[in-house]
Amino acid sequence: MREVQNVLEVKNLKKHFPIKGGVLKRTQGYVKAVDDISFAVKENETFSLVGESGCGKSTTGRAILRLHEPTEGEVLFKGDNLLDVGKRSFRLMRKDMQLIFQDPFSSLNPRMTVKKLLMEPLLTHKLATKKEAEQKAANMIEKVGLSKEQLDCYPHEFSGGQRQRISIARALIVNPKLVILDEAVSALDVSIQSQILNLLIKLQQEFHLTYIFISHDLNVVKHLSDRVGVMYLGQMMELATTDKLYENPLHPYTQALLSAIPSIDPKEKKERVILQGDVPDPSDPPTGCPFQLRCPMAHERCAEEKPRFIEKEEDHWVACHLYEE
Amino acid sequence: MKVFVQRLIDDKVGLFGLIGILLVVLLALLAPLIAPYKPDTMFTEHVLEGPSSQFLFGTDEFGRDIFSRIIYGAQVSLQVGLIAVGIGAIGGLILGLISGYFQGKVDQVIMRVMDVFFAFPDILLALTIIAVLGPNLTNTMIAIGIVFMPVFTRLVRSAVMTVKENEYITNAQAIGVRPSLIIVRHITPNIMAPFIVQITLALSGAILTEAALSFLGLGVQPPNPSWGVMLNDARTYMEFAPWTILFPAVAIVMTIFCFNLLGDSLRDLLDPKLKQ
Repeated sequence: MREVQNVLEVKNLKKHFPIKGGVLKRTQGYVKAVDDISFAVKENETFSLVGESGCGKSTTGRAILRLHEPTEGEVLFKGDNLLDVGKRSFRLMRKDMQLIFQDPFSSLNPRMTVKKLLMEPLLTHKLATKKEAEQKAANMIEKVGLSKEQLDCYPHEFSGGQRQRISIARALIVNPKLVILDEAVSALDVSIQSQILNLLIKLQQEFHLTYIFISHDLNVVKHLSDRVGVMYLGQMMELATTDKLYENPLHPYTQALLSAIPSIDPKEKKERVILQGDVPDPSDPPTGCPFQLRCPMAHERCAEEKPRFIEKEEDHWVACHLYEE
Repeated sequence: MKVFVQRLIDDKVGLFGLIGILLVVLLALLAPLIAPYKPDTMFTEHVLEGPSSQFLFGTDEFGRDIFSRIIYGAQVSLQVGLIAVGIGAIGGLILGLISGYFQGKVDQVIMRVMDVFFAFPDILLALTIIAVLGPNLTNTMIAIGIVFMPVFTRLVRSAVMTVKENEYITNAQAIGVRPSLIIVRHITPNIMAPFIVQITLALSGAILTEAALSFLGLGVQPPNPSWGVMLNDARTYMEFAPWTILFPAVAIVMTIFCFNLLGDSLRDLLDPKLKQ
């Protein structure tokens, strides 16, 4: 069997936002939104990033696309470090990696018709003449389950689910390799969510796409992904194939997250791990393990030393002192 | 474009404004044909006479026909209004877009220069600019344009900063659209509402500022008429010859009213959300 290639490799990625204050707007500290995370995404797979609000999962997605310029680290896309590329050349490389946003109501320009919205990416990257672009837009809109007649409508004439379909069409029309879905279904009704998810799965097979799926919805993630990374306070806590992670979560944080998934079986007795306190301030994270203040299994070592990210089993990585020898 | 014209025709209020403006423009263009007298002909035996069949709007202190002067004055007032506001609006739009979109150092430089302009009273600033450029009508228009620029710059900048927060801007960046095209295609159309309203407001301001400058001898040179000049000249006589001030005032008010109506309906027509 051929070794599956990594489409994307993220190495020691950091994104620190400066906090400016005072009369002179001096930098007083940094919010470590993403603090030293590494992972690889294989061709044709769906890699999910999960975590609470503010854990840096969206920032990771945007740092990969350099919408927030990363502070440090490497992002290798098919072997090339994206962070070494000049801004102008990178603009042309954006064709291969697209982003789909959470809020379908603010992610489409209200003054452009659907046709113009779909043609823009093609014309930007000079992938088609105007005529061809019109044709492609018409094909693409049918692929996402809307009709050609709707090409001349404006975004406000559509529902949330339909708009998200337009966003998907707009991202996929340039034939990208990698698509980052930033909470792409979180703003939608549950019934619409499943429609959009099924559409995404269908399109992934049709266009051989690689997805990075950013979400806080653990059920959706389980349904969709091949591998899952769990983030907490800007750091990767656990990374494993979906089955391993859901069957046998190693990190106490992952265990707590999974125990919070509501079950449809009322008789099923679940032991809930209820976390104490709030997520610490990312501008002033605790020493040692970022999770130690809320961890039910915390011991002395956790406050002193930051756990290394180790491969406990095959394809199952975790950053916790419980599993270090 | 066809749809746009059709919608403008359907919008009665906007159409009224448009027709009013076209009428004034026509009046200004065809002034020599419409006006019964020349604007500077003095009928010395008819000084400060009220409206009559001979002098439709009465005469002023030199016995000049006010009706003819208003028609000729439309030429100057329209020119000053449109060109001066055009300079201010276009200049302000460009500076505001750059300032709001790129922020940082460029923004600081542009806004501090604008703050300096803001610090001076309008008339004083216009006077200084005219003093540098030399007093004539063209320079007056440029001066008024520059005086209006800071208001437009600030307005556009703040509108850009609001629009920039929308995800469709990030979306366009993620797709790889050039910054210049993001500004033209995604930001400019979305800041038009406050911009157009400000233009209609500035038009009246420009006509009045021209009047004030002409009063100081820096705009239209006598005996050429402009509505502002007529208004200023009439102040002395308005108690016993109210027609001298009434008619130029009505001309200014009606013109600005039409511009405001058109501006309002343009703003709505440019918003696809308000389309039926």
